[in-house]
Amino acid sequence: MSVVTVQLGQCGNQVGQELFDTIWTDNVPEGQRKTYCTSSRDRFFRRTAHGGLQARAVLIDMEPKVINQSMTKAAKSGRWKYGETSHFSQKQGSGNNWANGYHVLGPRHRDVVEELVRREVESCDVLAGFMPMMSVAGGTGSGVGTFVTQCLRDIYPGSFILNHLTWPYGTGEVIVQNYNSVLTLAHLYQLSDAILVHENDVVHKICSQLLNIKPISFSDINGVIAHQLGGVLQPALTPDSHGAYGGNPLGELVSALACHPEYKLLSVCTVPQMPTSSIAFSTFSWPALLKHLRQMLISNSKMEEGIDWQVSLPPAAGRVRGLTPGSFNVSLANLLVLRGKDVFSAETGGFADPSIYTSWLPSEEAFSLWKSPVPFNKYEKSATLVTNSQALLRPLDDMVRKAWNMFASRAYMHQYIKFGMSEEDFLDSFTSLEQVISSYSQLHS
Amino acid sequence: MTQSVVVQVGQCGNQVGCRFWDLALREHAHVNKRGLYDEALGSFFRNVDTRKSDGGTCCVGDRIHHLKARAVLVDMEEGVVNQILQGPLREVFDSTQLLTDVSGSGNNWAAGYMTYGSAYRESIVDKLRKASEHCDCLQCFFLIHSMGGGTGSGLGTRVLSLLEEEFPDVCRIVTSMYPSLDDDVITSPYNSVLAMRELTEHADCVLPVENQSLMDIVNKINVMSHGGKPGSVVRSDSTITSGRGGLSGAEKPFDAMNNIVANLLLNITRYEVKNVLQHPTYAIFAVVSVETFQAESFGLSSFRLRPTLPFVSWNQEAWKTGLCSVPPVGHAHSLLALANNTCVKPTFMELRERFTKLYKKKAHLHHYLHVDGMEQSVFDEAFSSLSSLIEEYHHLDATKARLIPDAPRLCIAT
Repeated sequence: MSVVTVQLGQCGNQVGQELFDTIWTDNVPEGQRKTYCTSSRDRFFRRTAHGGLQARAVLIDMEPKVINQSMTKAAKSGRWKYGETSHFSQKQGSGNNWANGYHVLGPRHRDVVEELVRREVESCDVLAGFMPMMSVAGGTGSGVGTFVTQCLRDIYPGSFILNHLTWPYGTGEVIVQNYNSVLTLAHLYQLSDAILVHENDVVHKICSQLLNIKPISFSDINGVIAHQLGGVLQPALTPDSHGAYGGNPLGELVSALACHPEYKLLSVCTVPQMPTSSIAFSTFSWPALLKHLRQMLISNSKMEEGIDWQVSLPPAAGRVRGLTPGSFNVSLANLLVLRGKDVFSAETGGFADPSIYTSWLPSEEAFSLWKSPVPFNKYEKSATLVTNSQALLRPLDDMVRKAWNMFASRAYMHQYIKFGMSEEDFLDSFTSLEQVISSYSQLHS
Repeated sequence: MTQSVVVQVGQCGNQVGCRFWDLALREHAHVNKRGLYDEALGSFFRNVDTRKSDGGTCCVGDRIHHLKARAVLVDMEEGVVNQILQGPLREVFDSTQLLTDVSGSGNNWAAGYMTYGSAYRESIVDKLRKASEHCDCLQCFFLIHSMGGGTGSGLGTRVLSLLEEEFPDVCRIVTSMYPSLDDDVITSPYNSVLAMRELTEHADCVLPVENQSLMDIVNKINVMSHGGKPGSVVRSDSTITSGRGGLSGAEKPFDAMNNIVANLLLNITRYEVKNVLQHPTYAIFAVVSVETFQAESFGLSSFRLRPTLPFVSWNQEAWKTGLCSVPPVGHAHSLLALANNTCVKPTFMELRERFTKLYKKKAHLHHYLHVDGMEQSVFDEAFSSLSSLIEEYHHLDATKARLIPDAPRLCIAT
């Protein structure tokens, strides 16, 4: 089953290129990996007439620079490339303005984009679904990305849509990033099946503290994101796949995790993560990896370093509000993907413990486990956890708070209003997100 | 890549503009070793091969034949434009880009705005249209003019409103030269205030430049790469104010090579920066660093600087950084700071005072009122527009010391 990736804006195109690269690198066929690799290749690439591999991707941006870079980088590697005609760009960019992207540029270029997507879809034997990849801070990824997601929803109502979002540094990359983020999230909540989020702040820490990278560039950040995404999306043996690799990763992920329309925010963490040079000298055991991962989950820590071991499950009668620091992170649903050696002997009972989950979902429904005996991306053993929990509550709340403060003084509003938005549109988006924040805050186990 | 068109109006505007083109050519010459017409050049210049029959425009990637500036030069007297056409830059402009008259505007805003504005409207729009048609993707107009005179101030602001009318989607960025205290044009306060109102209404972004500040910089600097004329230097604390009450729109980051509205020559010592930047309240701050900075080290130094700058409560993180690995000609590094802050307020207040002094006595008013279409109410409106602008800045400054609590959020019924 094939996934069509739609790379939107600068970030989407850069992360997407890293993702395809990571997946390709993971696909070196050897012995038992053959079915795995075939399945992975079919999922993300198609064969060209000359026998090469072409990514199942549509590249969209309102300025040409990044698409050119991504396409050149891919082609230069000689290993895989993007389709020559699978991209669309303009010259002026979106001016970091969501309204410009969503109300003007999206509709203006709708037909071209739909055509590109349709071609990709038709080349799939069986369509698993779409993965639009974008950032929320700028104008194209956020605005045009939201519009494109809406078009996908209209034209392919039966297909799964998993949006991958990159949230910006809290300290600010774009001055109006909080507006753009709020507007994007509020709209996507209605359109998307699930929203998988990576935060630049978190990934930056992983690069600096775990991977010892100095200085950290966006390319390093994208590499980590690609590694984590690959850990989720590469083929695995799932409860539904009956011993074969070919399932629908998007569909199974969505049905495992997006159990309620009010709760769609997913975050990812992966263990272990270490500099490539250290991997050869490290030994991994499943009990240790899983113990760390579980504690990372309940203490809402995104890395193996600095885990707060003090956080523990509350007594049965305890009720903890999600926003207080040091408190316990309640999950709705978790998906654990184990890859590598001895994967069938790994003991995952800790994740099926009902006290980690909300009371209204039984833990057999809430916890899903996928396995693959094939080691992923050079790690002999690795575990990826995709969680629908309160993990994103605090960053979301911060984002809404800052946007609201700006909105209260109507700063920059004229820039959005001139592209056809009104204050009501803003208020609607704020209301939607406050509802989401409230829902997540109210979770208790 | 997108293109920009420079519109230079009046004596000052054309002199500064002339320095700009000179500098732009030097910068490109310094970097462009292969003589190819690349996208960076394309944003300010056209490449014209006069041997071709169809008008000669060449594409990006061709060899450079003749570079023509994407510019429109307007002046109501011929002296300055003639000088340009006889100087080393004569090849860069062709006659279709020029608009001149003989008698000048007599340092009278009304003459520039109303008389010449109406007489030359068609011609100006025509030239602007031609310039924009040569552009693949026109991103913005740069207007260069002075505020104190007649042509730059009056006709310049008329051109600005024409730009808004005819090209509403294209950004308008204005560099305005404000008169210094000892300016020799008596009516410069009138002209400046009348022009200010137009800027507030029609400009997307204004870079105000003060002659006095320029003189100070010239005196401080030991070696100037150009002659003594301080026509093209921007002071480190020059501010951006937008057309709408001082709240700047989200800036479009300029491509580094093109961020040459004026010279990027900045000899900021840390001492100067600290002193200058700590007083006003900041709405927004953008820095373009031109050298091979590592992103991280730059982030660290901006982290250190940022807490010392008081930002408005609703825009605490209004800081944007850009990096460019190509330094300007003659320098190893340079730093450009663009700030939207309240330090422009004293300039406006001074201007208002000088205006009031003259206006109370109705001095020289008859020169303006004699012009067809000009009435006293125009003066009153301009004055109140300036006053309300100053009020808005006052308001921002007043919030500086206070700790503003977060605005109460929407409550969801549970």
